[in-house]
Amino acid sequence: MSYYFAIIGTQDNPLFEYEFGTSKQGGDGQPRFSEQARHLNQFILHSSLDIVEEVQWTSNQLYLKAIDKFFNNYISCFLTAGNTKFLLLHQPTGGGAAAGPGGNSSNTRSSTSIGANPTSAATEEAVKNFMGEVYENYVKATMSPFYKVNMEIRSLVFRARVAAAGRKYL
Amino acid sequence: MHSASLPCELTVQSELGGRAYPVLPNPPDKRGLRSSTPQPSPAPIFGESKQAEPPHLDRIQQQNTKSAKRAPPTASNMAHVATGKPVGGSKEQSGGGLRYPTSGKTIYHRPLNRSKTSELSQASFAYLFSEMISYAQKRVTGIQDLEKRLNLQGHPIGLKLLDLLLIREPARTQARPLNIIALLHFIKINIWQHLFGRQADRLEKSSNPDTPDEYMIIDNEPLVNAYVSVPREMSQLNCAAFVAGIIEGVCDGAAFPARVTAHSVGGKEEGEMWPGKTVFLVKFQPEVLEREALIGKG
Repeated sequence: MSYYFAIIGTQDNPLFEYEFGTSKQGGDGQPRFSEQARHLNQFILHSSLDIVEEVQWTSNQLYLKAIDKFFNNYISCFLTAGNTKFLLLHQPTGGGAAAGPGGNSSNTRSSTSIGANPTSAATEEAVKNFMGEVYENYVKATMSPFYKVNMEIRSLVFRARVAAAGRKYL
Repeated sequence: MHSASLPCELTVQSELGGRAYPVLPNPPDKRGLRSSTPQPSPAPIFGESKQAEPPHLDRIQQQNTKSAKRAPPTASNMAHVATGKPVGGSKEQSGGGLRYPTSGKTIYHRPLNRSKTSELSQASFAYLFSEMISYAQKRVTGIQDLEKRLNLQGHPIGLKLLDLLLIREPARTQARPLNIIALLHFIKINIWQHLFGRQADRLEKSSNPDTPDEYMIIDNEPLVNAYVSVPREMSQLNCAAFVAGIIEGVCDGAAFPARVTAHSVGGKEEGEMWPGKTVFLVKFQPEVLEREALIGKG
């Protein structure tokens, strides 16, 4: 299971991006995207912005769940009050092939695990928690008097916090 | 005697050593002080130290004990500071890039809710606000221009408040405002409560059929105007334009682009209950109403 997370500003401008892999079921937290897929990920993610704009007026929730699917890539969206989009692309790797040596014992369970089934309730819950934690840190970032809306987030602390949230929930 | 110069020395020291950040360009002040040590040797004043050579520590101490009373503390006492432990940070500076507070705590380590209920002194706000107004007043051509500038000062505050106040809501009731009424309620209740400690007094929709895009938030006694008295020739001015800017920031941030202006409506007749009554006129862009109609249908 590999993830590509991006924060998109109100002008559809990217503010932050981060790639990581699952840390559950013995995953090592490394993304397993091919070099080609990494370029494609950005396109897939940004193409789902159209759908975000449709969905955002049908629900007043912050977390809009999985909104888009492109072949084996699922996109979850979280929308802040200030219309900044948090988009998470998840790409399940079939049959837990990416699981490390310690992951073999859990293979029987993996059909219900977060990694294998991106639309299950457990996955939605995990992504929601992840997004919630990122949102908190994003608001803290915006509280800096030197930060203006739609500025790129360069803070290394922020990046570390997103990575920690990824390890914790995904 | 000696103690007379002591407080000064102490403040300098704490100024250098006790900063929250190892602010890097400290060399300027430090170097400045150090290099100044030799030159302003108080020779002409005291007549006893004729030499202009770099001061020796014990000589300085002697000097101090002898003629401490008039000794300029910055010249001699700084030698202690300068030779003391190096003020942290020069290493990080050479590496360039990010600087961290010495405590290691950044803005990300602060809980968002800590200052939820804390309040600010109104006097200090009034002082700051008067400076903001006089800053905005520089090189303006008219009252409208001045109000525009006050508005712009408030705008980024509104953009940021929107997310802050939403995340402070309990998780179950966190919801993005989807229609105008929800947004205005959020402003009337949450924003006002946060900024002024009470809700806005009234919320009205324009009864004029020609302007269905206008809404009014009414505050009987805007807090920001508490100590503002507007001169007669500028009676059009309402400094709550700053608050109007905050409201505009909230509306823009929530994807309800609007123009917000502040108007004084009180003070027309004698013995009125609310002479400072202010109406914040929120005029939404046409596309907002268009979308509102579509959502209402769906």
